[in-house]
Amino acid sequence: MTEPAREAVVELRGISKIYGSGDAEVRALDGVDMRIDSGEFIAIMGASGSGKSTTMNIVGCLDAPTSGEYLFRGVDVAGLGADERAMLRRHYIGFVFQGFNLLSRTSALENVELPLVYRRVPAKERRERGLAALESVGLGSRYTHHPSELSGGQQQRVAIARALVSDPSLLLADEPTGNLDSATKVDIMELLVRLNEDRGITVAMVTHEPDMAAYVQRVVMFRDGKVLGEGRPEEILTSGPVSRPPRSVGARP
Amino acid sequence: MIFQTLMMAMRELRRNKMRSFLTMLGIIIGVSAVIALVNIGKAASESVRDQIGKLGQNLLIVSPGAGRRSSSYTPASPFTMADVEAIRSEVRRAKYVAPTAQTSQDLVVGNKNSRSTIIGGTNDYLLTRDYTLASGRKMTDGEVKAGRAVCVIGETVRQNLFGSGDPLGAQMRVGKVSCQVIGLLTAKGQSGMGQDQDDIVIMPLRTVQRRLIGTTDINTIFITAESSASTAVAEQQITDLLRQRRHIAKGADDDFSVRDMQEIAQAVSASTSTMTTLLGAIAAVSLLVGGIGIMNIMLVNVTERTREIGIRLAIGALASDVMLQFLVEAVVLSTLGGLIGMAVGVGTSFAVTHSMGMPFIVEPGTLFLAFGFSAAVGVLFGYLPAHKAARLNPIEALRHE
Repeated sequence: MTEPAREAVVELRGISKIYGSGDAEVRALDGVDMRIDSGEFIAIMGASGSGKSTTMNIVGCLDAPTSGEYLFRGVDVAGLGADERAMLRRHYIGFVFQGFNLLSRTSALENVELPLVYRRVPAKERRERGLAALESVGLGSRYTHHPSELSGGQQQRVAIARALVSDPSLLLADEPTGNLDSATKVDIMELLVRLNEDRGITVAMVTHEPDMAAYVQRVVMFRDGKVLGEGRPEEILTSGPVSRPPRSVGARP
Repeated sequence: MIFQTLMMAMRELRRNKMRSFLTMLGIIIGVSAVIALVNIGKAASESVRDQIGKLGQNLLIVSPGAGRRSSSYTPASPFTMADVEAIRSEVRRAKYVAPTAQTSQDLVVGNKNSRSTIIGGTNDYLLTRDYTLASGRKMTDGEVKAGRAVCVIGETVRQNLFGSGDPLGAQMRVGKVSCQVIGLLTAKGQSGMGQDQDDIVIMPLRTVQRRLIGTTDINTIFITAESSASTAVAEQQITDLLRQRRHIAKGADDDFSVRDMQEIAQAVSASTSTMTTLLGAIAAVSLLVGGIGIMNIMLVNVTERTREIGIRLAIGALASDVMLQFLVEAVVLSTLGGLIGMAVGVGTSFAVTHSMGMPFIVEPGTLFLAFGFSAAVGVLFGYLPAHKAARLNPIEALRHE
């Protein structure tokens, strides 16, 4: 499916994740191979318990696999410790969550600046980059608002701005539209598509909504901790209704 | 980064003002109690030493009777002039030897009267007790020897009997004797035992013995040692001499006492400082309790903010960053409490020493110690919660409701 000419940001080879041991052993992931190319927008789908969230956690370096090889930008990171994984997240990965996960009672701008604080970026530059990131998600004028003063869609935009502010190699979105109404879902998906197309940001999104998966270039289907199949949304999403066709998917066959 | 963390901690504490204040209260009470107790204790011991010192420098007081050491009352004979002469000639370390006969008499001047202590003595009495003259003159040797009816009066006596009038040269009735006031003592104030040292009339020893008491007894001998280092030696020499002169058998108890005022001052201030240390230690325990309060609140904090910790870890905070954040919060709480406690403690010790007329002493060492201690309490009791926060698994923390 993938074009060899493209550089892989993420390459999973035979990744397994086992929780517990003996009789209580649970194989959350069982020999997963997956690749995310630079500039790609993919969706990871599957029923709950299929292993898509575990995959997301491993790809996002929040968790380490039990076995297998994980090449992040060509470097094996499967065996890294917690602090080394934190450094990878700090420098290369942006997260967007279903529940927005903004710090309450902290302004939008401060939320967006937070990743830069941990990167030891000076205050002035932090503010400039934070404002620019909020501008790019269409919230340039609302930077002083606190999360409680923003709608769900706006909060998710702030979260996206926070994920983008450090120019990550990979934007991971875990059910980014899960808590939003249908009109706002479309807004957020269009924003992600625009960021992917205009700025070339690599996006991987976990979703169980076929409607949302229809926006992406490639869908990876999970079941029982294994990759069931992958392909373009219209090929994969045969079981569910596809209300909107994927927009300009680019040069893909 | 530290500055950033500090700002973050301050904001976090401002968010829960009431809770932060109550948490700090333990430290505030602990630190202020330690500082107030130590400073007040120091002031008390200083003022006791000061007041005892006012009785006279390097003073030894020799009086008949076993003093405080014996519980049984044994009537003891008073001293004689021969005893005094023996001390003068044999105790080399004695600089001044002032024999006195004391009585209490009614004083009358015109239509005013009062009752005061009458000291029959020599001019050496003034020297041993550090009395100086405000006006007038001392008794002459001739007056002392002849037992003339002259007297030197204290400030309280002057106020009671003369009011605004000039006492010098005036006649004053002391008991049945009429005497002339020749000198006025400089006011000394209260002694360490609460006696008014200015309510006193000093007359020649012989005058008091013959005309007021009717004996030749000497009640008390005041002795000034050559130096503070020689008081103990002088005390020993006087004791040995008097035992011999009073024919006290070996092993029997003294029937007189030699009190070293310097020794008493040291004993009093030593016991005061022991009390101070003890009370300070008890107060320090409340600091510990304050620390436990901080730990408790920080643990609640970590649980409440689990999701926040998850977010921070996800966007690139290291475990050590999270650890630092919570540790700084705990230390800010405790040092802020420490600073407020220092202010309260110094304020309290000022108010107390001021109202009790004691010297106001602030030991910078105590302040540094209290501040360092409160910071240490923050680190010590902040460590466990911070460690708990830092060890959270980001995935589970993010899922936390």
